[in-house]
Amino acid sequence: MTTELFVGLYVFLLAGFIGYGVITGIPPLLHTPLMAFTNAISGISLVGSIVMAGGEFSGLTTFLGFIAVLAATINVVGGFLITDRMLKLFKKRE
Amino acid sequence: MSYTVETLYLVASVLFVMGIRGLTRPETARRGVLYAELGMACAVAGTLAHDDITSYRWIVVAGGVGAAIGIAMAALIPMTKMPERIALSHAFGGLAAALVGVCEYYLHAAELSRVTMGAIGFEVLFGSLTFTGSLMAFGKLQGLVSPRNITYPMQNVSNVGAFVALVALLVVLTIDPGQAGLFYVLFFTALALGVLIVIPIGAADMPVVIALLNSYAGLAAAATGFVLDNRVLIIAGALDGASGFVLSVAMSRAMNRSFANVLFGAFGQVAESGLQAEARAAHVREASIGDATLLLSSAPSVIIVPGYGMAVAQAQHAVRELGDHLESNGARVRYAIHPVAGRMPGHMNVLLAEADVPYDHLFELDAINDDFADTDVCLVVGANDVVNPAAKEDESSPIYGMPVLNADQARTCIVLKRTLSPGFAGIENDLFARENTVVVFGDAKETLSRMIEALA
Repeated sequence: MTTELFVGLYVFLLAGFIGYGVITGIPPLLHTPLMAFTNAISGISLVGSIVMAGGEFSGLTTFLGFIAVLAATINVVGGFLITDRMLKLFKKRE
Repeated sequence: MSYTVETLYLVASVLFVMGIRGLTRPETARRGVLYAELGMACAVAGTLAHDDITSYRWIVVAGGVGAAIGIAMAALIPMTKMPERIALSHAFGGLAAALVGVCEYYLHAAELSRVTMGAIGFEVLFGSLTFTGSLMAFGKLQGLVSPRNITYPMQNVSNVGAFVALVALLVVLTIDPGQAGLFYVLFFTALALGVLIVIPIGAADMPVVIALLNSYAGLAAAATGFVLDNRVLIIAGALDGASGFVLSVAMSRAMNRSFANVLFGAFGQVAESGLQAEARAAHVREASIGDATLLLSSAPSVIIVPGYGMAVAQAQHAVRELGDHLESNGARVRYAIHPVAGRMPGHMNVLLAEADVPYDHLFELDAINDDFADTDVCLVVGANDVVNPAAKEDESSPIYGMPVLNADQARTCIVLKRTLSPGFAGIENDLFARENTVVVFGDAKETLSRMIEALA
Protein backbone atom coordinates (compact mmCIF):
# COMPACT_ATOMS: atom_id res chain seq x y z
CA MET A 1 0.00 0.00 0.00
CA THR A 2 2.81 2.41 0.91
CA THR A 3 4.60 1.65 -2.36
CA GLU A 4 1.45 2.36 -4.35
CA LEU A 5 0.92 5.64 -2.51
CA PHE A 6 4.47 6.73 -3.23
CA VAL A 7 4.37 5.66 -6.86
CA GLY A 8 1.17 7.69 -7.12
CA LEU A 9 2.80 10.71 -5.50
CA TYR A 10 5.80 10.49 -7.86
CA VAL A 11 3.45 10.34 -10.85
CA PHE A 12 1.34 13.23 -9.52
CA LEU A 13 4.29 15.52 -8.78
CA LEU A 14 6.16 14.80 -12.01
CA ALA A 15 2.99 15.27 -14.10
CA GLY A 16 2.32 18.48 -12.17
CA PHE A 17 5.79 19.82 -13.00
CA ILE A 18 5.41 18.89 -16.67
CA GLY A 19 2.00 20.56 -16.70
CA TYR A 20 3.37 23.68 -15.02
CA GLY A 21 6.26 23.89 -17.50
CA VAL A 22 4.13 23.39 -20.59
CA ILE A 23 1.26 25.59 -19.48
CA THR A 24 3.40 28.62 -18.60
CA GLY A 25 4.37 28.52 -22.30
CA ILE A 26 0.78 28.86 -23.49
CA PRO A 27 0.05 32.45 -24.63
CA PRO A 28 -2.78 34.38 -22.88
CA LEU A 29 -4.40 34.50 -26.33
CA LEU A 30 -5.40 30.85 -25.86
CA HIS A 31 -6.27 30.88 -22.16
CA THR A 32 -10.03 30.44 -22.67
CA PRO A 33 -9.61 27.44 -24.99
CA LEU A 34 -7.05 26.09 -22.51
CA MET A 35 -9.64 26.13 -19.72
CA ALA A 36 -12.24 24.39 -21.86
CA PHE A 37 -9.58 21.89 -22.92
CA THR A 38 -8.28 20.97 -19.45
CA ASN A 39 -11.90 20.77 -18.39
CA ALA A 40 -12.53 18.12 -21.02
CA ILE A 41 -9.40 16.25 -19.90
CA SER A 42 -10.51 16.34 -16.25
CA GLY A 43 -13.63 14.56 -17.47
CA ILE A 44 -11.26 11.59 -17.07
CA SER A 45 -13.13 10.97 -13.81
CA LEU A 46 -15.39 9.18 -16.29
CA VAL A 47 -13.01 6.26 -15.76
CA GLY A 48 -14.10 5.93 -12.12
CA SER A 49 -17.74 6.74 -12.82
CA ILE A 50 -18.09 4.05 -15.51
CA VAL A 51 -17.07 1.29 -13.11
CA MET A 52 -19.63 2.55 -10.54
CA ALA A 53 -22.45 2.80 -13.06
CA GLY A 54 -21.79 -0.65 -14.53
CA GLY A 55 -20.66 -2.57 -11.46
CA GLU A 56 -24.10 -3.28 -9.96
CA PHE A 57 -22.64 -3.08 -6.45
CA SER A 58 -25.83 -1.57 -5.01
CA GLY A 59 -28.79 0.50 -6.16
CA LEU A 60 -27.35 3.66 -4.67
CA THR A 61 -23.90 3.33 -6.27
CA THR A 62 -25.44 2.51 -9.67
CA PHE A 63 -27.61 5.63 -9.40
CA LEU A 64 -24.75 7.92 -8.27
CA GLY A 65 -22.48 6.32 -10.87
CA PHE A 66 -25.12 7.05 -13.51
CA ILE A 67 -25.20 10.75 -12.55
CA ALA A 68 -21.40 10.85 -12.49
CA VAL A 69 -21.09 9.29 -15.96
CA LEU A 70 -23.67 11.77 -17.25
CA ALA A 71 -21.82 14.78 -15.78
CA ALA A 72 -18.39 13.59 -16.89
CA THR A 73 -19.53 12.76 -20.43
CA ILE A 74 -21.05 16.24 -20.83
CA ASN A 75 -17.61 17.62 -19.94
CA VAL A 76 -15.60 15.31 -22.16
CA VAL A 77 -17.75 15.55 -25.28
CA GLY A 78 -18.81 19.17 -24.82
CA GLY A 79 -15.36 20.28 -23.67
CA PHE A 80 -13.47 18.92 -26.67
CA LEU A 81 -16.07 20.18 -29.15
CA ILE A 82 -16.20 23.67 -27.72
CA THR A 83 -12.38 23.89 -27.52
CA ASP A 84 -12.18 23.02 -31.18
CA ARG A 85 -14.98 25.46 -32.02
CA MET A 86 -13.03 28.25 -30.32
CA LEU A 87 -9.68 27.30 -31.84
CA LYS A 88 -11.18 27.39 -35.32
CA LEU A 89 -11.87 31.09 -34.75
CA PHE A 90 -8.23 32.05 -34.27
CA LYS A 91 -6.87 33.12 -37.63
CA LYS A 92 -3.85 35.04 -38.81
CA ARG A 93 -4.34 37.79 -41.32
CA GLU A 94 -4.44 36.36 -44.86
CA MET B 1 -5.29 -5.25 -14.72
CA SER B 2 -4.28 -6.68 -18.06
CA TYR B 3 -1.36 -5.49 -20.15
CA THR B 4 -3.77 -4.23 -22.80
CA VAL B 5 -5.64 -2.00 -20.36
CA GLU B 6 -2.44 -0.68 -18.76
CA THR B 7 -1.02 0.04 -22.22
CA LEU B 8 -4.14 1.93 -23.22
CA TYR B 9 -3.87 4.05 -20.05
CA LEU B 10 -0.19 4.71 -20.72
CA VAL B 11 -0.88 5.78 -24.31
CA ALA B 12 -3.72 8.02 -23.04
CA SER B 13 -1.37 9.74 -20.56
CA VAL B 14 1.19 10.49 -23.26
CA LEU B 15 -1.49 11.79 -25.62
CA PHE B 16 -2.84 14.15 -22.92
CA VAL B 17 0.58 15.71 -22.39
CA MET B 18 1.14 16.02 -26.15
CA GLY B 19 -2.33 17.54 -26.48
CA ILE B 20 -1.65 20.29 -23.95
CA ARG B 21 1.72 20.94 -25.60
CA GLY B 22 -0.14 21.60 -28.84
CA LEU B 23 -1.88 24.58 -27.22
CA THR B 24 1.38 26.50 -26.91
CA ARG B 25 0.81 27.81 -30.46
CA PRO B 26 -2.40 28.66 -32.33
CA GLU B 27 -1.16 26.75 -35.40
CA THR B 28 -0.77 23.45 -33.54
CA ALA B 29 -3.64 23.84 -31.08
CA ARG B 30 -6.28 21.93 -33.02
CA ARG B 31 -3.94 19.01 -33.53
CA GLY B 32 -3.42 19.03 -29.77
CA VAL B 33 -7.16 18.67 -29.22
CA LEU B 34 -7.16 15.69 -31.56
CA TYR B 35 -4.37 14.02 -29.56
CA ALA B 36 -6.28 14.49 -26.31
CA GLU B 37 -9.49 13.17 -27.88
CA LEU B 38 -7.65 10.01 -28.94
CA GLY B 39 -6.20 9.79 -25.44
CA MET B 40 -9.65 9.99 -23.89
CA ALA B 41 -10.92 7.32 -26.30
CA CYS B 42 -8.07 5.00 -25.20
CA ALA B 43 -8.77 5.63 -21.51
CA VAL B 44 -12.51 4.99 -21.87
CA ALA B 45 -11.94 1.88 -24.01
CA GLY B 46 -9.58 0.49 -21.38
CA THR B 47 -12.07 1.18 -18.61
CA LEU B 48 -14.97 -0.48 -20.41
CA ALA B 49 -12.94 -3.70 -20.27
CA HIS B 50 -12.83 -3.51 -16.42
CA ASP B 51 -13.65 -6.81 -14.68
CA ASP B 52 -16.09 -5.26 -12.19
CA ILE B 53 -18.49 -4.11 -14.90
CA THR B 54 -21.38 -6.54 -15.17
CA SER B 55 -23.93 -4.46 -17.07
CA TYR B 56 -23.45 -1.77 -19.71
CA ARG B 57 -27.06 -0.60 -19.67
CA TRP B 58 -26.69 2.48 -17.45
CA ILE B 59 -23.27 3.34 -18.83
CA VAL B 60 -24.69 3.50 -22.34
CA VAL B 61 -27.76 5.51 -21.31
CA ALA B 62 -25.80 8.04 -19.22
CA GLY B 63 -23.03 8.28 -21.83
CA GLY B 64 -25.55 8.75 -24.64
CA VAL B 65 -27.56 11.42 -22.85
CA GLY B 66 -24.38 13.14 -21.63
CA ALA B 67 -22.90 13.17 -25.13
CA ALA B 68 -26.12 14.63 -26.56
CA ILE B 69 -26.18 17.38 -23.92
CA GLY B 70 -22.46 18.03 -24.45
CA ILE B 71 -22.88 18.34 -28.22
CA ALA B 72 -25.89 20.63 -27.87
CA MET B 73 -24.14 22.89 -25.35
CA ALA B 74 -20.98 23.08 -27.44
CA ALA B 75 -22.92 23.97 -30.59
CA LEU B 76 -25.44 26.42 -29.14
CA ILE B 77 -23.64 28.46 -26.50
CA PRO B 78 -22.62 31.89 -27.82
CA MET B 79 -19.00 32.90 -27.32
CA THR B 80 -20.08 35.75 -25.03
CA LYS B 81 -21.44 33.12 -22.60
CA MET B 82 -18.18 31.18 -22.42
CA PRO B 83 -17.40 32.08 -18.76
CA GLU B 84 -20.82 30.72 -17.74
CA ARG B 85 -20.30 27.50 -19.68
CA ILE B 86 -16.82 26.99 -18.20
CA ALA B 87 -18.12 27.58 -14.66
CA LEU B 88 -20.92 25.08 -15.26
CA SER B 89 -18.55 22.44 -16.58
CA HIS B 90 -16.31 22.82 -13.53
CA ALA B 91 -19.43 22.08 -11.49
CA PHE B 92 -20.05 18.88 -13.48
CA GLY B 93 -16.42 17.82 -13.09
CA GLY B 94 -16.51 18.38 -9.34
CA LEU B 95 -19.84 16.54 -9.04
CA ALA B 96 -18.58 13.46 -10.90
CA ALA B 97 -15.48 13.22 -8.71
CA ALA B 98 -17.42 13.78 -5.46
CA LEU B 99 -20.02 11.13 -6.34
CA VAL B 100 -17.40 8.50 -7.17
CA GLY B 101 -15.83 9.24 -3.78
CA VAL B 102 -19.16 8.90 -1.96
CA CYS B 103 -19.78 5.56 -3.71
CA GLU B 104 -16.34 4.22 -2.78
CA TYR B 105 -16.93 5.15 0.84
CA TYR B 106 -20.46 3.75 0.88
CA LEU B 107 -19.22 0.40 -0.48
CA HIS B 108 -16.14 -0.08 1.67
CA ALA B 109 -16.34 2.29 4.67
CA ALA B 110 -14.59 0.64 7.63
CA GLU B 111 -12.57 -1.77 5.44
CA LEU B 112 -10.78 1.12 3.75
CA SER B 113 -7.07 1.48 4.30
CA ARG B 114 -5.94 4.81 5.74
CA VAL B 115 -4.28 5.81 2.47
CA THR B 116 -7.40 5.16 0.43
CA MET B 117 -9.56 6.88 3.03
CA GLY B 118 -7.35 9.96 2.92
CA ALA B 119 -7.59 10.03 -0.86
CA ILE B 120 -11.39 9.63 -0.77
CA GLY B 121 -11.54 12.47 1.75
CA PHE B 122 -9.58 14.78 -0.55
CA GLU B 123 -11.63 13.71 -3.53
CA VAL B 124 -14.96 14.38 -1.84
CA LEU B 125 -13.72 17.62 -0.26
CA PHE B 126 -12.38 19.15 -3.49
CA GLY B 127 -15.14 17.66 -5.64
CA SER B 128 -17.99 19.01 -3.47
CA LEU B 129 -16.34 22.40 -2.99
CA THR B 130 -15.84 22.71 -6.74
CA PHE B 131 -19.41 21.62 -7.46
CA THR B 132 -21.24 24.18 -5.33
CA GLY B 133 -18.58 26.88 -5.74
CA SER B 134 -18.81 26.66 -9.53
CA LEU B 135 -22.61 26.68 -9.40
CA MET B 136 -22.39 29.92 -7.39
CA ALA B 137 -19.90 31.38 -9.87
CA PHE B 138 -22.27 30.41 -12.67
CA GLY B 139 -25.18 32.03 -10.83
CA LYS B 140 -23.23 35.25 -10.37
CA LEU B 141 -22.14 35.40 -14.01
CA GLN B 142 -25.63 34.63 -15.21
CA GLY B 143 -27.15 37.20 -12.86
CA LEU B 144 -29.18 34.61 -10.91
CA VAL B 145 -27.26 35.58 -7.78
CA SER B 146 -26.23 39.15 -7.02
CA PRO B 147 -22.96 39.74 -8.88
CA ARG B 148 -21.86 42.15 -6.15
CA ASN B 149 -19.83 40.96 -3.25
CA ILE B 150 -22.25 39.86 -0.55
CA THR B 151 -20.77 40.35 2.88
CA TYR B 152 -22.05 39.69 6.39
CA PRO B 153 -20.51 39.89 9.85
CA MET B 154 -17.98 37.20 10.83
CA GLN B 155 -17.85 36.00 7.23
CA ASN B 156 -14.14 35.30 7.06
CA VAL B 157 -14.12 33.81 10.55
CA SER B 158 -16.90 31.36 9.71
CA ASN B 159 -15.32 30.41 6.35
CA VAL B 160 -11.94 29.78 7.91
CA GLY B 161 -13.72 27.89 10.73
CA ALA B 162 -15.50 25.65 8.22
CA PHE B 163 -12.23 25.01 6.42
CA VAL B 164 -10.42 24.09 9.63
CA ALA B 165 -13.33 21.78 10.53
CA LEU B 166 -13.00 20.04 7.13
CA VAL B 167 -9.29 19.45 7.63
CA ALA B 168 -9.96 18.09 11.13
CA LEU B 169 -12.67 15.75 9.79
CA LEU B 170 -10.29 14.55 7.11
CA VAL B 171 -7.62 13.76 9.70
CA VAL B 172 -10.05 11.91 12.03
CA LEU B 173 -11.46 9.86 9.14
CA THR B 174 -8.00 8.93 7.92
CA ILE B 175 -7.17 7.64 11.39
CA ASP B 176 -10.50 5.83 11.75
CA PRO B 177 -12.25 5.23 8.39
CA GLY B 178 -15.22 3.62 10.16
CA GLN B 179 -16.73 6.96 11.29
CA ALA B 180 -19.48 6.99 8.65
CA GLY B 181 -21.39 9.85 10.29
CA LEU B 182 -18.35 12.09 10.10
CA PHE B 183 -17.82 11.24 6.44
CA TYR B 184 -21.25 12.60 5.53
CA VAL B 185 -20.64 15.66 7.72
CA LEU B 186 -17.47 16.23 5.66
CA PHE B 187 -19.41 15.85 2.42
CA PHE B 188 -22.13 18.37 3.34
CA THR B 189 -19.74 20.84 4.98
CA ALA B 190 -17.64 20.89 1.81
CA LEU B 191 -20.80 21.49 -0.25
CA ALA B 192 -21.74 24.40 2.03
CA LEU B 193 -18.24 25.87 2.03
CA GLY B 194 -18.24 26.00 -1.79
CA VAL B 195 -21.25 28.32 -1.65
CA LEU B 196 -19.94 30.41 1.26
CA ILE B 197 -16.53 30.97 -0.23
CA VAL B 198 -17.84 32.33 -3.57
CA ILE B 199 -20.73 34.45 -2.18
CA PRO B 200 -18.49 37.34 -1.04
CA ILE B 201 -16.55 37.52 -4.30
CA GLY B 202 -17.61 40.19 -6.80
CA ALA B 203 -18.11 39.42 -10.49
CA ALA B 204 -14.98 41.39 -11.44
CA ASP B 205 -12.87 38.86 -9.55
CA MET B 206 -14.43 35.90 -11.36
CA PRO B 207 -11.36 35.27 -13.59
CA VAL B 208 -9.36 34.30 -10.49
CA VAL B 209 -12.21 32.25 -9.01
CA ILE B 210 -12.86 30.34 -12.22
CA ALA B 211 -9.16 29.56 -12.61
CA LEU B 212 -8.95 28.38 -8.98
CA LEU B 213 -12.02 26.15 -9.40
CA ASN B 214 -10.41 24.75 -12.55
CA SER B 215 -7.46 23.77 -10.40
CA TYR B 216 -9.68 22.20 -7.70
CA ALA B 217 -11.56 20.15 -10.30
CA GLY B 218 -8.18 18.80 -11.43
CA LEU B 219 -7.11 17.99 -7.87
CA ALA B 220 -10.38 16.14 -7.28
CA ALA B 221 -9.74 14.04 -10.41
CA ALA B 222 -6.17 13.33 -9.28
CA ALA B 223 -7.45 12.26 -5.83
CA THR B 224 -9.83 9.84 -7.61
CA GLY B 225 -6.71 8.39 -9.24
CA PHE B 226 -5.21 7.72 -5.81
CA VAL B 227 -8.45 6.06 -4.65
CA LEU B 228 -8.68 3.78 -7.68
CA ASP B 229 -4.91 3.39 -7.96
CA ASN B 230 -5.17 4.58 -11.55
CA ARG B 231 -2.24 6.54 -13.00
CA VAL B 232 -3.99 8.06 -15.99
CA LEU B 233 -6.43 9.78 -13.61
CA ILE B 234 -3.54 11.06 -11.52
CA ILE B 235 -1.74 12.44 -14.58
CA ALA B 236 -4.79 14.06 -16.17
CA GLY B 237 -5.81 15.53 -12.81
CA ALA B 238 -2.31 16.86 -12.17
CA LEU B 239 -2.24 18.53 -15.61
CA ASP B 240 -5.62 20.14 -14.98
CA GLY B 241 -4.61 21.19 -11.49
CA ALA B 242 -1.36 22.73 -12.78
CA SER B 243 -3.21 24.56 -15.52
CA GLY B 244 -5.73 26.10 -13.12
CA PHE B 245 -2.89 27.03 -10.79
CA VAL B 246 -0.84 28.76 -13.52
CA LEU B 247 -3.92 30.67 -14.68
CA SER B 248 -4.99 31.78 -11.22
CA VAL B 249 -1.46 33.01 -10.44
CA ALA B 250 -1.43 34.93 -13.75
CA MET B 251 -4.86 36.42 -13.00
CA SER B 252 -4.08 37.51 -9.45
CA ARG B 253 -0.80 38.99 -10.63
CA ALA B 254 -2.70 40.98 -13.26
CA MET B 255 -4.84 42.38 -10.43
CA ASN B 256 -1.87 42.85 -8.09
CA ARG B 257 -3.65 40.82 -5.44
CA SER B 258 -2.84 37.66 -3.53
CA PHE B 259 -5.12 34.60 -3.52
CA ALA B 260 -5.90 35.32 0.11
CA ASN B 261 -6.95 38.84 -0.79
CA VAL B 262 -9.27 37.65 -3.58
CA LEU B 263 -10.83 34.96 -1.39
CA PHE B 264 -11.12 36.85 1.88
CA GLY B 265 -10.78 40.51 1.02
CA ALA B 266 -14.19 41.30 -0.53
CA PHE B 267 -13.64 44.89 -1.58
CA GLY B 268 -15.95 47.44 -3.05
CA GLN B 269 -16.88 49.48 -0.02
CA VAL B 270 -16.68 52.68 -2.05
CA ALA B 271 -14.94 55.24 0.11
CA GLU B 272 -15.84 58.14 -2.13
CA SER B 273 -18.56 60.55 -1.05
CA GLY B 274 -21.43 61.55 -3.29
CA LEU B 275 -20.00 65.06 -3.54
CA GLN B 276 -16.74 63.84 -5.03
CA ALA B 277 -18.60 61.74 -7.55
CA GLU B 278 -20.72 64.73 -8.54
CA ALA B 279 -17.65 66.93 -8.89
CA ARG B 280 -16.14 64.34 -11.17
CA ALA B 281 -19.31 63.98 -13.20
CA ALA B 282 -19.19 67.75 -13.82
CA HIS B 283 -15.78 67.33 -15.48
CA VAL B 284 -16.86 64.57 -17.82
CA ARG B 285 -17.01 65.85 -21.38
CA GLU B 286 -19.59 64.18 -23.50
CA ALA B 287 -19.06 63.80 -27.24
CA SER B 288 -21.63 63.17 -29.93
CA ILE B 289 -21.28 60.14 -32.14
CA GLY B 290 -20.41 62.47 -35.03
CA ASP B 291 -17.59 64.19 -33.13
CA ALA B 292 -16.16 60.88 -31.98
CA THR B 293 -16.29 59.48 -35.52
CA LEU B 294 -14.45 62.55 -36.80
CA LEU B 295 -11.73 62.07 -34.19
CA LEU B 296 -11.36 58.43 -35.16
CA SER B 297 -11.36 58.95 -38.90
CA SER B 298 -8.59 61.55 -38.72
CA ALA B 299 -6.35 59.46 -36.45
CA PRO B 300 -3.33 57.72 -38.05
CA SER B 301 -3.05 55.29 -35.14
CA VAL B 302 -5.78 53.77 -32.99
CA ILE B 303 -5.67 51.34 -30.08
CA ILE B 304 -8.93 49.66 -29.12
CA VAL B 305 -9.32 48.51 -25.50
CA PRO B 306 -12.20 46.02 -25.09
CA GLY B 307 -13.74 45.14 -21.73
CA TYR B 308 -16.60 43.17 -20.25
CA GLY B 309 -19.04 45.81 -21.56
CA MET B 310 -18.19 44.70 -25.10
CA ALA B 311 -19.26 41.15 -24.23
CA VAL B 312 -22.48 42.35 -22.57
CA ALA B 313 -23.40 44.49 -25.59
CA GLN B 314 -22.27 41.68 -27.96
CA ALA B 315 -20.38 44.43 -29.75
CA GLN B 316 -17.33 42.44 -30.92
CA HIS B 317 -18.50 42.27 -34.56
CA ALA B 318 -19.23 46.00 -34.64
CA VAL B 319 -15.80 46.69 -33.12
CA ARG B 320 -14.10 44.67 -35.85
CA GLU B 321 -16.14 46.38 -38.58
CA LEU B 322 -15.19 49.81 -37.27
CA GLY B 323 -11.55 48.69 -37.12
CA ASP B 324 -11.73 47.52 -40.75
CA HIS B 325 -13.10 50.90 -41.86
CA LEU B 326 -10.35 52.77 -40.05
CA GLU B 327 -7.71 50.46 -41.52
CA SER B 328 -9.00 50.94 -45.04
CA ASN B 329 -8.65 54.68 -44.41
CA GLY B 330 -4.98 54.00 -43.77
CA ALA B 331 -4.95 54.01 -39.98
CA ARG B 332 -2.96 51.52 -37.93
CA VAL B 333 -5.43 49.69 -35.68
CA ARG B 334 -4.37 47.48 -32.78
CA TYR B 335 -6.18 45.87 -29.86
CA ALA B 336 -4.85 46.00 -26.30
CA ILE B 337 -5.98 43.07 -24.16
CA HIS B 338 -5.66 43.24 -20.38
CA PRO B 339 -5.30 39.80 -18.77
CA VAL B 340 -8.38 40.31 -16.57
CA ALA B 341 -10.58 42.12 -19.10
CA GLY B 342 -13.85 40.21 -19.13
CA ARG B 343 -14.90 37.46 -16.79
CA MET B 344 -12.36 34.74 -17.48
CA PRO B 345 -8.79 34.35 -18.72
CA GLY B 346 -8.63 35.03 -22.46
CA HIS B 347 -12.30 36.09 -22.71
CA MET B 348 -11.65 39.10 -24.98
CA ASN B 349 -9.32 37.17 -27.30
CA VAL B 350 -11.98 34.57 -28.03
CA LEU B 351 -14.67 37.21 -28.70
CA LEU B 352 -12.46 39.19 -31.08
CA ALA B 353 -11.33 36.00 -32.80
CA GLU B 354 -15.01 35.15 -33.28
CA ALA B 355 -15.45 38.53 -34.96
CA ASP B 356 -12.57 37.64 -37.34
CA VAL B 357 -9.97 39.96 -35.87
CA PRO B 358 -6.63 38.35 -36.85
CA TYR B 359 -4.82 37.30 -33.67
CA ASP B 360 -1.64 39.13 -34.65
CA HIS B 361 -3.62 42.36 -34.08
CA LEU B 362 -4.22 41.45 -30.43
CA PHE B 363 -1.52 42.67 -28.03
CA GLU B 364 -0.87 41.79 -24.43
CA LEU B 365 -0.45 44.49 -21.81
CA ASP B 366 3.37 44.40 -21.71
CA ALA B 367 3.67 44.35 -25.48
CA ILE B 368 1.62 47.50 -26.10
CA ASN B 369 1.61 49.59 -22.94
CA ASP B 370 4.54 51.82 -23.98
CA ASP B 371 2.88 52.61 -27.31
CA PHE B 372 -0.17 54.46 -25.94
CA ALA B 373 1.86 57.67 -25.58
CA ASP B 374 2.48 57.71 -29.37
CA THR B 375 -1.10 56.85 -30.25
CA ASP B 376 -3.62 59.35 -31.54
CA VAL B 377 -6.84 57.77 -30.32
CA CYS B 378 -7.52 55.11 -27.73
CA LEU B 379 -11.04 53.72 -28.03
CA VAL B 380 -12.27 52.12 -24.80
CA VAL B 381 -15.21 49.78 -25.41
CA GLY B 382 -16.86 48.74 -22.15
CA ALA B 383 -13.63 48.53 -20.14
CA ASN B 384 -13.33 50.24 -16.79
CA ASP B 385 -11.03 49.05 -14.01
CA VAL B 386 -8.33 47.86 -16.46
CA VAL B 387 -7.83 51.45 -17.72
CA ASN B 388 -8.23 53.19 -14.36
CA PRO B 389 -5.24 55.54 -13.85
CA ALA B 390 -5.89 55.48 -10.09
CA ALA B 391 -4.06 52.14 -10.09
CA LYS B 392 -0.90 54.06 -11.01
CA GLU B 393 -1.42 57.32 -9.14
CA ASP B 394 -3.75 57.08 -6.16
CA GLU B 395 -2.24 55.18 -3.27
CA SER B 396 -5.57 55.15 -1.43
CA SER B 397 -7.33 53.36 -4.29
CA PRO B 398 -8.24 49.72 -3.64
CA ILE B 399 -6.70 48.80 -7.00
CA TYR B 400 -3.46 50.77 -6.45
CA GLY B 401 -0.53 48.82 -7.90
CA MET B 402 -2.59 46.77 -10.36
CA PRO B 403 -0.98 46.89 -13.82
CA VAL B 404 -3.35 48.87 -16.07
CA LEU B 405 -3.41 49.85 -19.74
CA ASN B 406 -2.12 53.41 -20.29
CA ALA B 407 -5.28 54.59 -22.06
CA ASP B 408 -4.87 57.99 -20.37
CA GLN B 409 -1.58 58.57 -22.24
CA ALA B 410 -3.09 58.50 -25.73
CA ARG B 411 -3.56 61.92 -27.32
CA THR B 412 -7.32 61.47 -27.15
CA CYS B 413 -9.23 58.78 -25.34
CA ILE B 414 -12.78 57.98 -26.48
CA VAL B 415 -14.79 56.00 -23.95
CA LEU B 416 -17.98 54.17 -24.95
CA LYS B 417 -20.10 53.72 -21.85
CA ARG B 418 -23.72 53.13 -20.93
CA THR B 419 -23.71 55.27 -17.79
CA LEU B 420 -21.20 56.82 -15.43
CA SER B 421 -21.77 54.15 -12.82
CA PRO B 422 -18.60 52.65 -11.34
CA GLY B 423 -17.31 49.30 -12.58
CA PHE B 424 -18.16 45.99 -10.94
CA ALA B 425 -15.34 46.53 -8.50
CA GLY B 426 -17.26 49.60 -7.36
CA ILE B 427 -14.35 51.97 -7.90
CA GLU B 428 -14.72 55.39 -9.52
CA ASN B 429 -12.64 55.94 -12.63
CA ASP B 430 -10.78 59.22 -12.99
CA LEU B 431 -9.99 58.52 -16.66
CA PHE B 432 -13.53 59.55 -17.66
CA ALA B 433 -13.01 63.06 -16.29
CA ARG B 434 -9.56 63.68 -17.81
CA GLU B 435 -8.98 66.59 -20.19
CA ASN B 436 -8.02 64.35 -23.10
CA THR B 437 -11.01 62.04 -22.62
CA VAL B 438 -14.43 62.26 -24.21
CA VAL B 439 -17.28 59.95 -23.30
CA VAL B 440 -19.95 58.75 -25.73
CA PHE B 441 -22.92 57.49 -23.76
CA GLY B 442 -25.15 54.71 -25.01
CA ASP B 443 -25.16 51.03 -25.88
CA ALA B 444 -21.73 50.18 -27.33
CA LYS B 445 -23.07 48.12 -30.21
CA GLU B 446 -25.50 50.82 -31.30
CA THR B 447 -22.91 53.59 -30.97
CA LEU B 448 -20.42 51.58 -33.02
CA SER B 449 -22.96 50.80 -35.77
CA ARG B 450 -23.79 54.48 -36.09
CA MET B 451 -20.09 55.32 -36.27
CA ILE B 452 -19.69 52.75 -39.04
CA GLU B 453 -22.65 54.28 -40.94
CA ALA B 454 -21.05 57.69 -40.61
CA LEU B 455 -17.74 56.38 -41.95
CA ALA B 456 -19.21 54.41 -44.86
